[in-house]
Amino acid sequence: MNTASEIGASPSSRAAAKKQLSDRFKTYKHVWVFIEQERGQVHSVSWELMGVGRKLADKLKVDLAAVVIGQEGEASQAAATESFCYGADLVYMVADDLLKDYRNESYIKALTKLVNSYKPEILLLGATTLGRDLAGSVATTLRTGLTADCTELDVDADGSLAATRPTFGGSLLCTIYTLNYRPQMATVRPRVMPVPERCARPIGRIITLPLGLVEDDIVTKVLSFLPDRDSARSNLAYADVVVAGGLGLGSSENFRLVRRLADVLGAEFGCSRPLVQKGWVTSDRQIGQTGKTIRPKLYIAAGISGAIQHRVGVDGADLIVAINTERNAPIFEFSHLGIVEDAIRLLPILTEAFRARLSPHSRDRIAG
Amino acid sequence: MHLLVCIKQVPDSGQIRVHPVTNTIMRQGVPTIINPYDLFALEAALELRDQFGGEVTVLTMGPPSAEDSLRKALTFGADRAVLLTDRFFAGADTLATTYALATAIRRISSEFGAPDIVFTGKQTIDGDTAQVGPGIAKRLGLFQLTYVGKISALDLHARTIDVERRSEGGVQLLRTRLPCLVTMLEATNQIRRGAMADALRAARATILKWSAQQAGVDDISQCGLRGSPTVVKRVFAPAARNEKATMIEPDEQPAEALINAIFRCRPALEIELAALARGY
Repeated sequence: MNTASEIGASPSSRAAAKKQLSDRFKTYKHVWVFIEQERGQVHSVSWELMGVGRKLADKLKVDLAAVVIGQEGEASQAAATESFCYGADLVYMVADDLLKDYRNESYIKALTKLVNSYKPEILLLGATTLGRDLAGSVATTLRTGLTADCTELDVDADGSLAATRPTFGGSLLCTIYTLNYRPQMATVRPRVMPVPERCARPIGRIITLPLGLVEDDIVTKVLSFLPDRDSARSNLAYADVVVAGGLGLGSSENFRLVRRLADVLGAEFGCSRPLVQKGWVTSDRQIGQTGKTIRPKLYIAAGISGAIQHRVGVDGADLIVAINTERNAPIFEFSHLGIVEDAIRLLPILTEAFRARLSPHSRDRIAG
Repeated sequence: MHLLVCIKQVPDSGQIRVHPVTNTIMRQGVPTIINPYDLFALEAALELRDQFGGEVTVLTMGPPSAEDSLRKALTFGADRAVLLTDRFFAGADTLATTYALATAIRRISSEFGAPDIVFTGKQTIDGDTAQVGPGIAKRLGLFQLTYVGKISALDLHARTIDVERRSEGGVQLLRTRLPCLVTMLEATNQIRRGAMADALRAARATILKWSAQQAGVDDISQCGLRGSPTVVKRVFAPAARNEKATMIEPDEQPAEALINAIFRCRPALEIELAALARGY
């Protein structure tokens, strides 16, 4: 992200603002999407990216390619096959047992080798922990531009990638170009773009490259891995119902009121940024610009004032319900239902009322 | 042991307002803070120093006023502060920023010894890119450990470090070799308050201020706006949603009123919620 001074600069002061693509970059063609795998599972952000990648490729009249980097064998083959179902014209693949776990060194090597060999014009990755770790390293290696966490991608009249992203914590949007360097790289957060329709397609062309490393070349070792399914970690991004708390709860003690309501609803719980900064809640529960983007069917925000950073993370929710003591709180500007109430007082009675309403017993009574 | 922490002075984004007419950022009176994730990084470095000895250098690139953040870092207990400030750095995107910071780190290495670990926060709260840490690592050839929640072991003899790194699906326990770059996801412990002695020392401390030339920049075209491959073409306010919330007026049974309103809006939710609730 460019700094404030650049945003304030007048267009004429930007020497690089005109497209003067050097000859060596003119051979860069096609749109690539990095297919993110972790332990044999493709992250759904990859399919979301295939949707937008297809749109860009069609506009540029070039091919859309999926990039599969991972362990040799079934999982990577399956990822490649699946990529065709989500619209890939071809797949570039580096499959090697050294790529079983994500490690920066080996993945940079695989991806930069592919880029330098086959020269994509646009390279998209998910803004996940893996995607951001890899994208930052690869862009620096290739000395090209990288725009993080885009919310919109398009191609302008002269064929340049226009990457739009929130800036200043989400209070403004800016559109960023990488005019004179290739590839044009961007990351997109999970859940921001819709997953395209999957269609069964015949297997297409897969182009493979060898990794060219042995284990001793890779210094970093994965000693162990604790999957989240074995821990109490959140599944916020994919939850149907989310209950979250903010500073209006007054103390970390009171945050349990949020957790109780979430329990009764079978929901995930989350929080706004200040609670993480205060150490009341762990960062994996943070919703908003610097935390998770959520798209639940029901979102209940208790004692959250609704700073723009928070709004960015919850805008995709189907029904936003806000509880806040301040009638003028910004959250009421973007929630669907609101109640001016002290969350500390309302949450316990709301929890009990939901429990009564949703229990099988009460359902039988309604049915009877 | 030499630990180096890169910090950034950022506007307290919770307090930024957009001008309703011109859609420009109103920065006047917005306080600046040290990027919160960088404080986690500083805390991690200070804890290692407390445990293993050595010193902690803090480095920032920014306008002369960024000195405030460095002084703050000194009050927390950092030993040395370097401010990289020059109009040539203005307008840098992440690639140009990593060039400048990597150059300064080389100069710091030659004067005070090469850092064993370079720390940054996982990202800043104004740019949010999470790109500067990986960029510095790449430029300096350091092993890179991002989204670190905990440093679980450090063996100075074997020159190895073990960390817990957050990934999408779980936590990786990684071992790599020093020197490395670590970006911190959170603080393992509560962030310390500065001791009185440190506050007094910080108030008197000299902060090293380097221009591009003093830092050892050999190619000015890689700095600032000129060295930035990305170009900001347009800045605009997000489209406002014009509907406001339907307000439930609290009565004697606010909870029931709210639940009824929710199910009136989305009738299907009642059955789905009942199913979800039974699952727990």
